[in-house]
Amino acid sequence: MSSRRSRSRQSAGVSRISDDQISDLVSKLQQLIPETSINRSRSDKVSATKVLHETCNYIRKLHREVDNLSDRLSELLEMDSAQAEIIRSLLM
Amino acid sequence: MTSDHISSLRNPSSIKTRFAHRFVLALKKLSMDRASSSVSMADRYKRYRKVRAAAYASMASSVGPKRAWARALLRKIRNRKMGSNLMKRLGSRTGLLKKRTVLKPRNHREMGSEQENSLRELVPGGEGMEFYRLLNETGHYIKCLRAQVKVMKNIIDLYSN
Repeated sequence: MSSRRSRSRQSAGVSRISDDQISDLVSKLQQLIPETSINRSRSDKVSATKVLHETCNYIRKLHREVDNLSDRLSELLEMDSAQAEIIRSLLM
Repeated sequence: MTSDHISSLRNPSSIKTRFAHRFVLALKKLSMDRASSSVSMADRYKRYRKVRAAAYASMASSVGPKRAWARALLRKIRNRKMGSNLMKRLGSRTGLLKKRTVLKPRNHREMGSEQENSLRELVPGGEGMEFYRLLNETGHYIKCLRAQVKVMKNIIDLYSN
């Protein structure tokens, strides 16, 4: 079985990755992203372009969530330090 | 480097535990170091940046050096920290020193698709990777980001009750 690269890359010296391996990873990603996995069976193919696109959107969304949560956490840190003291001692 | 499959991840709950532990310690440190009650906009922003950096750094440390994205993320955070320390010492004439990374000129961009390029920018360390590796790292990165968000939400719930 010959394997060919799905796009020309200059990664000489690295073992050839087959199209199958790539599409395998893409479908794994598809399962991870809510947008592309909900109400879809594993065999339903979503185009690779769409999977990548939704992956980027999903990562951006997660980044924004982290920003948001960091903001809330930093506000909590600023608050009542006696309360924080209690929580800290509980968590230790 | 061994070829990792997205499926053979370490137990997600132990990542969460390790991350939670590190992150709470970092938060504790933050709340002690700073004038944590300062309400000035500048201080608030600084605190926010530190909390966020602590979150990413704690996650990347918990993941360990095996993952390229974790290494790249730690590098980035440390560079930023060093850069800001340098700025504090040198004062305002450090505009030129701010740029730590050299931007690639647009016409030398990778031959990949637009999505691939966006993905490379979003995943730490994605720039230099071969496409297959990028996909692999992305899967792991997403799982860890999700765990990170969950733990942060839990901590907030704990703190605000």
